[in-house]
Amino acid sequence: MLTKRIIPCLDIKNGRTVKGVNFVDLRDAGDPVVLAKQYADRGADELVFLDISATLEGRATTLEMVLHVAEQVNIPFTVGGGISSVEDVNALLQCGADKVSINSSAVKRPELVNELADKFGSQCVVVAIDAKQINGNWKVHLAGGSIPTDIDLFEWAKEVEQRGAGEILFTSMDHDGTKNGFANEALAKLSEELNIPIIASGGAGTIQHFIDTFKIGKADAALAASVFHYGEIPILDLKNELKNNNISVRL
Amino acid sequence: MKLVIINYGAGNIKSIQFAFNRLGIDAILSNDPEEILSADKIIFPGVGEASSAMKKLQETGLDTLIPNLKQPILGICLGMQLLCNSTEEGNTKGLGVFNTNVKRFSNEVKVPQMGWNVIKNLKSDLFSGIKENEYMYLVHSYYAEHCKQTIATTDYGINYASALQHNNFFGVQFHPEKSSLAGEKILDNFLKL
Repeated sequence: MLTKRIIPCLDIKNGRTVKGVNFVDLRDAGDPVVLAKQYADRGADELVFLDISATLEGRATTLEMVLHVAEQVNIPFTVGGGISSVEDVNALLQCGADKVSINSSAVKRPELVNELADKFGSQCVVVAIDAKQINGNWKVHLAGGSIPTDIDLFEWAKEVEQRGAGEILFTSMDHDGTKNGFANEALAKLSEELNIPIIASGGAGTIQHFIDTFKIGKADAALAASVFHYGEIPILDLKNELKNNNISVRL
Repeated sequence: MKLVIINYGAGNIKSIQFAFNRLGIDAILSNDPEEILSADKIIFPGVGEASSAMKKLQETGLDTLIPNLKQPILGICLGMQLLCNSTEEGNTKGLGVFNTNVKRFSNEVKVPQMGWNVIKNLKSDLFSGIKENEYMYLVHSYYAEHCKQTIATTDYGINYASALQHNNFFGVQFHPEKSSLAGEKILDNFLKL
């Protein structure tokens, strides 16, 4: 049986790991290659690196980091952040990334999803969607959640699926950084309306939150950062508890 | 040991090269027939869409070279699928080494299958030291139907062949290069065949 995936997310700036709390107030949490290896050894199923470098030099450092991660880590990993062209993706895949995630650039130019799926295959195209509720409606937000759009989360998710996305990484801006649990209602709706895997992101604080997002949110994978980085939830403990709750995991 | 990874422009092969590096083997990336023919072991990778991958093989004549290879050769993911008789993806005729066909998963399951699933009914030296129900990382929308050459099976809506073997030809649907220590063990087994 296909297992539910646990995915630590590492924010990368100029080749170093940082973690955003509500996407501001960054704190340094170590060398990405060392962290990645440690996570792979401790039971993480996949890793996501989110490049938040603002400069070209910073991005070049990230490519080098991707190469070092690919050399040393024996589980799959996704790289996201600032990707806006076929060339960007090609460079990352050449350095050994397994998947890329695109966000704002897909909203600005949806054809990018088709181009990437045609050129590299859907299996490596993750579309990340940041959304929050405005008057009870889930609206897509850009630029790390700071710019609202009028685009409906569910319509956008369906559109990118049709354009060839292989997976959706949905971050609820209402939940991110709160440690109050994932946006399970919206996640369950995504999971029911789409036929590609959905990664839940934003709000992880306790083991129960992961149980809920798999059972109630029907997520295929769950992503979190600080609860893993600061050792609040050891991944093996989490997976054992998921198993005790009849959720299929790789142990 | 001369290990060649066939480089025909189909997807990310760096990960496979790095996985062998971790096992202490420097693999050569090449699409040169002479280089491939002189290899002790060959990896036939593949990520992406079947018909365009097959086109790339045809452009370089590798479509006739590969089925006639005598060394141990391991097809990974799409590489394995292209070694079958045919695939529904792009209605593509395969290389016909494995006597089975590749079909698309039904929409009763999420497609692609993405993540870790177990392999069982293991029947090959390729899996020496690998326990039944070991987890492997898979990413695919199409699967090979069972045949006499099945050496591992996996369940995803349907029970299908997640590994195949015919004489010196081996194929795995999963990505051993991304399947943690167990995956590396399988690559190591392949080197020792």
